[in-house]
Amino acid sequence: MADKKIRILLAKLGLDGHDRGIKIVARILRDAGMEVIYLGLRQTTGSIVAAAEEEDADAIGLSMHNAGHLTLGPKMVDAISGAGLDIPLVIGGIVPDEDVADLLSSGVTSVIGPGASAEEVVAIVNGAIATRERK
Amino acid sequence: MKSHGEPVHALFEKAFAGERRSIGQLLSVIEQGGDQADSVTEMAHTFTGKAHIVGITGAPGSGKSTLTGQLTRISSEAGWKTAVLAVDPSSPLTGGAILGDRIRMDDLAGEETFIRSMATRGHSGGLALAVPAAIRLFDAVGYDPVIIETVGVGQVEVDVAGTADTTVVVVTPGWGDAVQANKAGLLEVADIFVVNKADRPGAKDARRDLELMLDLGHISGLNDQNEFRPPIIMTNALHGEGTNEVWKNIKEHGEHLHSSGQLEQRQSNRIHLEITNRLNRVIGEVASSVLETKAGRELLKSVASREISPSEAAKQLAAKVLK
Ligand SMILES: Nc1nc2c(ncn2[C@@H]2O[C@H](COP(=O)(O)OP(=O)(O)OP(=O)(O)O)[C@@H](O)[C@H]2O)c(=O)[nH]1
Ligand SMILES: [Mg+2]
Repeated sequence: MADKKIRILLAKLGLDGHDRGIKIVARILRDAGMEVIYLGLRQTTGSIVAAAEEEDADAIGLSMHNAGHLTLGPKMVDAISGAGLDIPLVIGGIVPDEDVADLLSSGVTSVIGPGASAEEVVAIVNGAIATRERK
Repeated sequence: MKSHGEPVHALFEKAFAGERRSIGQLLSVIEQGGDQADSVTEMAHTFTGKAHIVGITGAPGSGKSTLTGQLTRISSEAGWKTAVLAVDPSSPLTGGAILGDRIRMDDLAGEETFIRSMATRGHSGGLALAVPAAIRLFDAVGYDPVIIETVGVGQVEVDVAGTADTTVVVVTPGWGDAVQANKAGLLEVADIFVVNKADRPGAKDARRDLELMLDLGHISGLNDQNEFRPPIIMTNALHGEGTNEVWKNIKEHGEHLHSSGQLEQRQSNRIHLEITNRLNRVIGEVASSVLETKAGRELLKSVASREISPSEAAKQLAAKVLK
């Protein structure tokens, strides 16, 4: 059998227009051998879920820079589980330390801090996917 | 998770009933290759033959995805259930890929469209099997048209274009582009030319170059026989200008294929190509395994010690395999 590739969907949810960070993350994950499906800006929870189904994504990564993470994070979690999907959700961007616990308890699988190194980004994504595969 | 939990026939039943996620999972099975992928193809095969398969090809950045997005919108609005397979290269170094075609096709994630990104994963042979298999699945579960976007450089992608009923070649203004397209063998496979980025300087020149090449008969191949001179359409895919005309021409070409009987010809060419690819793979596997046998290793030694030539060794091994 051919190699089994990790496929991760990266997107920006809502109106926030910063895509520098997410593009860097895309390259880091590509360089780690993953297939990154990049959806770009201004996605909705619905468009992300539909894309995740079509692309059979192993993980969804969202980047947030406009402090919307505490509402949008849980919304995305609900949209994923509402569609009956079991796909880990990783959030990166600017998430203050004090919000991390809230996000995790709302069902977000992992959070990538603003200062994460390339190795850390890859390890967090791999770790998030592993939580599902152990099931 | 992913596709490995459920047997493929269960997935296929759900896909057939229109479940998006199962289609997505089956596409992963197809990409993985092997026996599972083959059984998907087997299940799908009897239900195929309805979809109009449209290839969109052209140089990197020429606007293929933007155009594909527009065409998908137009066809969906006209009531067609459209699927897109967007093929992008994997990084030869890491095996990873950034699949960014969807960015240009936004607002399409609706009930009636399906977009899938596919990386080349380094091995052209794998792609040559996976692309027709994915098309077949889309066709079987009721998508029509199926649009395939591929970068048109190198032989592999031209082969992929060969899997389409209607091939649209996208060129852009800029000196030499048409010439390059010619070199890459793209002109021969074109049923429709699109000069995209017609908002840029040089678009008229690009059009004229193409007209000239058509006049001079530089473009031979399939088109000579069917007396269908490929139309040249100017577009600004970003703003949708000219894209309705592209869609109209795609439909017309599809009808032309039907009425002229060429559709069967193309389909049989395609089946021929696919069987050849599969045969090559099967034989390739046997060939590599025969090299690993005792006789194979001995022949290898004889070649290394200059007793026999590599071609003689290959002939002897082939004789063993083909017996
Ligand atoms: N000016 C202008 N720009 C265009 C037009 N069509 C596409 N573009 C831009 O050209 C760039 C590439 O477009 P894509 O649709 O991604 O091109 P592509 O051929 O799919 O690219 P690859 O998949 O990377 O090979 C984008 O920045 C588009 O916005 C057009 O008609 N005019
Ligand atoms: Mg593209």
